[in-house]
Amino acid sequence: MTETAPVAFPQDRTCPYQPPAAYAPLRATRPLSRVTLYDGRPVWLVTGRDTARALLADPRLSGDRTRDDFPAPTARLSGVKRRKTALLGLDGAAHRVQRRMMVPSFTLRRATEMRPRIQRIVDERIDAMIAQGPPAELVNAFALPVPSTVICALLGVPYSDHDFFEGQSTRLLRGPKAEDVVDARDQLEEYFDDLIDRKRKQPEPGDGVLDELVHRQLRDGELNREELIALAIILLVAGHETTANMISLGTYTLLQHPDKLAELRTDPTLIPNVVEELMRLLSIADGLLRIALEDIEVAGTTIRAGDGVVFSTSVINRDEDVYADPDTLDWHRPTRHHVSFGFGIHQCLGQNLARAELEIALRTLFDRLPALRLAAPADEIPFKPGDTIQGMLELPVTW
Amino acid sequence: MSDDIHIEIDQDVCIGAGQCALTAPDVFTQDDDGFSTLLPGREDGGGPLVREAARSCPVSAITVSKTVG
Repeated sequence: MTETAPVAFPQDRTCPYQPPAAYAPLRATRPLSRVTLYDGRPVWLVTGRDTARALLADPRLSGDRTRDDFPAPTARLSGVKRRKTALLGLDGAAHRVQRRMMVPSFTLRRATEMRPRIQRIVDERIDAMIAQGPPAELVNAFALPVPSTVICALLGVPYSDHDFFEGQSTRLLRGPKAEDVVDARDQLEEYFDDLIDRKRKQPEPGDGVLDELVHRQLRDGELNREELIALAIILLVAGHETTANMISLGTYTLLQHPDKLAELRTDPTLIPNVVEELMRLLSIADGLLRIALEDIEVAGTTIRAGDGVVFSTSVINRDEDVYADPDTLDWHRPTRHHVSFGFGIHQCLGQNLARAELEIALRTLFDRLPALRLAAPADEIPFKPGDTIQGMLELPVTW
Repeated sequence: MSDDIHIEIDQDVCIGAGQCALTAPDVFTQDDDGFSTLLPGREDGGGPLVREAARSCPVSAITVSKTVG
């Protein structure tokens, strides 16, 4: 047996919608492989779909990011390790309290009720692009403002503050330096501290999720102020960054598949399947992190207590035992049961809203701008590095 | 002997992801608190999507069993 050097994780993609070529040995080693993080720490990489679903639902794996031994994917995130992460950073009963508080605002019915409002927001952005005339930079003209406006309306955050929180979200997720991440978190905490004060002083509560949290849960002691601020940050950041990346990268991917796009144009009823398959293929949150609290026997191996466990969604969603020809965009395949929204208790709270936004944004974009195309060579358009949520940095288009 | 099915939802386990209601909307819905519940009259029926809905539940809160009787 030849000893090969463990693969480094994460790495930058070479094609923005395919995992790095260097992950090929990991994809061949299912359902578990070993990788090395930036600091040299060896961790488990989950690569098989069924094992991923079982482990993501296993209470012996924790998401507690305040633990000293919680695995870090990049050096720059080390500075915020002591800060509490709402929902995702909590286990068991503490998680349950917060999840139960949030669920009524994110049901399928609420997402369906939001659809007319999302449609208006999408149409306004496309009206503005048409009024301005081609070309356009689609990330700033469309992909980012659409989910940003939607999540502001849902949470009760003034959209007029979007330059501030979009900028701080970018620094929180991408740095570039550790100091940027810490400062961005400080600034977002201050912003929400102030917004909570303003909401408390309002004689009539607004109709946003944060208004409800301020006027009920904070008052009744179900949440303290620090928890409420941490919750507001995760809802706002997760609520716009992920969907914005799916819109930009989804548009790029569809434009790179003109035959498939032609099919979608002739049959708009395909859109839910298109969105689901794009979710699987693009796997934009590519590296979910956990730490083992106890020894776990899985697939003939033992994950030891204290071991780091990483879920590469792009690799898991290409498990050849589940998906035939997995690198191919094919919305006629049975594409459900991917892990792009995670699995287990932390499965994405906003997934129903995300699906509604993606369906409306992509369908309307290609419907209203039928001649939409890239305005630069595809392989020269910059996309995000491997150590953050995947998506386009810019998307120059014309029509 | 019939092979009717019986559906049980553990609301203490449910996290309100809504995947059952998305997969089999004629059987499952979400109550006002966001938790999975059966539409009236669907406790023992459902069609082929019921098992698929149970499988899509991220926390295995749904049990589908055959009732023998």
